[in-house]
Amino acid sequence: MANRYSFWSLLKHGLKHHETWQPAWRTPQLKPRYDVIIIGGGGHGLATAYYLAKNHGVKNVAVLEKGYLGGGNTARNTTIVRSNYLWDESAHLYEHALKLWEGLSQELNFNVMFSQRGVMNLGHTLQDMRDIERRVNANVLNGIDGVILSPKEIQDIVPLMDVSASTRFPVMGASYQPRGGVARHDAVAWGFARGASELGVDLIEQCEVTGMIIEDGRIKGVHTTQGDVFADRVGCVAAGSTSTLAKMAGVRLPLESHPLQAFVSESMKPCLDTVVMSNAVHGYVSQSDKGELVIGAGIDSYLGYGQRGSPHVIEHTAAAIIELFPSFSRVRLNRQWGGIVDVAPDACPIIGKSPVKGLYFNCGWGTGGFKATPGSGHVFAHTIANDAPHPLNAAFALDRFSTGHLIDEHGAAGVAH
Amino acid sequence: MFQLHCPHCGATREEEEFSYAGEAYIARPANPEEASDAEWGDYLFMRKNTRGWFWEQWQHTAGCRKVFVVKRHTASYQIAGSWTLAEGKAHYLKESEA
Repeated sequence: MANRYSFWSLLKHGLKHHETWQPAWRTPQLKPRYDVIIIGGGGHGLATAYYLAKNHGVKNVAVLEKGYLGGGNTARNTTIVRSNYLWDESAHLYEHALKLWEGLSQELNFNVMFSQRGVMNLGHTLQDMRDIERRVNANVLNGIDGVILSPKEIQDIVPLMDVSASTRFPVMGASYQPRGGVARHDAVAWGFARGASELGVDLIEQCEVTGMIIEDGRIKGVHTTQGDVFADRVGCVAAGSTSTLAKMAGVRLPLESHPLQAFVSESMKPCLDTVVMSNAVHGYVSQSDKGELVIGAGIDSYLGYGQRGSPHVIEHTAAAIIELFPSFSRVRLNRQWGGIVDVAPDACPIIGKSPVKGLYFNCGWGTGGFKATPGSGHVFAHTIANDAPHPLNAAFALDRFSTGHLIDEHGAAGVAH
Repeated sequence: MFQLHCPHCGATREEEEFSYAGEAYIARPANPEEASDAEWGDYLFMRKNTRGWFWEQWQHTAGCRKVFVVKRHTASYQIAGSWTLAEGKAHYLKESEA
């Protein structure tokens, strides 16, 4: 690797006043033909390209990105990573991702700052607690770590939280996954981009796909703003814009795109060293390494492609967070943003083949795609390379919407929306 | 945040007063007994998810509780108008033909 990062390289470049570092990835010209085209240069798309080159020897790959790498939802999430899902199919998929996260910095030689500081899902009603018990038991049976915490134990971990009985929605307990945590979202995209580029993948930015070239029900290539590109296999990993691509290919998908908002506060001294989520009052919060509180809100109920959301959603979430952490009431917010999430009817992703031969979709991650980034790329690369799903994503095929075999994770998974 | 007009009670209110009810005018299979699994799947789950002008249903939850249709641009959030389901359908069909 031209630019292998290590203590010695830091020292070597440091002695030269850091003026000798090379760019982390190449900026090549678009070629007319590739073996595989990946549409979408976010975390999932870059991970797919990386694993295609690394694990399957498919190195003649282009990643087409309409904006800049990692500039969509990869840059707009709240960076939470966990795998405490209820149903076997999703638990295995997210646990696969979590295991990849655990070795990702070493794998990529890039510090993705994965910090396993634990993820707590609060329960505020008797029904919440029953659901938590069921989910934690299911997790343990699937080999995923999880414990149930009492309000006293929560207080020990998060002293700032108000767990008294006098709050409007008293905290009755929580599920806790110690291996969960947060990662540096940009670093994940950059790490995969660097790794993929090193293996020969062409990363093409400012290149929007404007049409699909399909002959006899088989994909031949795509029209882009930089000209036509041909490939026998095309993978779409475009999150909120997936339906727009599917329409070009004449494929109907069960997706709805919604704005999902998040916001960060000013930087503060460390005060919260775990991730706290609550479905009932609807908010989630963690503290970044810079000291900002990273707070996630809900999705807007309506279909929307504007990367912004309604103020009342922020108000609702801020109220929930202040109810839990009264001392945060005087913290000022710094920035707010929205990303477009593609939500499937069962809140589970769609990873697999489409009715068009050679055209694959990896979409429908909804509000929780970031945590799956390495796992998603890993199984999707397998699907494209073998024209058949990996055992872990076989259940997530598009045909589940006609067979009726949905994986109903809405509300069952500690999904916060 | 946008304001919606309810054609039933004539009120123009903020979006918080309304509930979203999804894509409008999804045709139910004409012969339910004969529809295949794929046709049912299409009816139940597949959605246009249009980026651009879009016909959608809203319910005036905190008001008259009736359902109506709105034509809204899903990227700019401009609103072209709202109609009762029957009135809107005439406009919608005319647009679909054009």
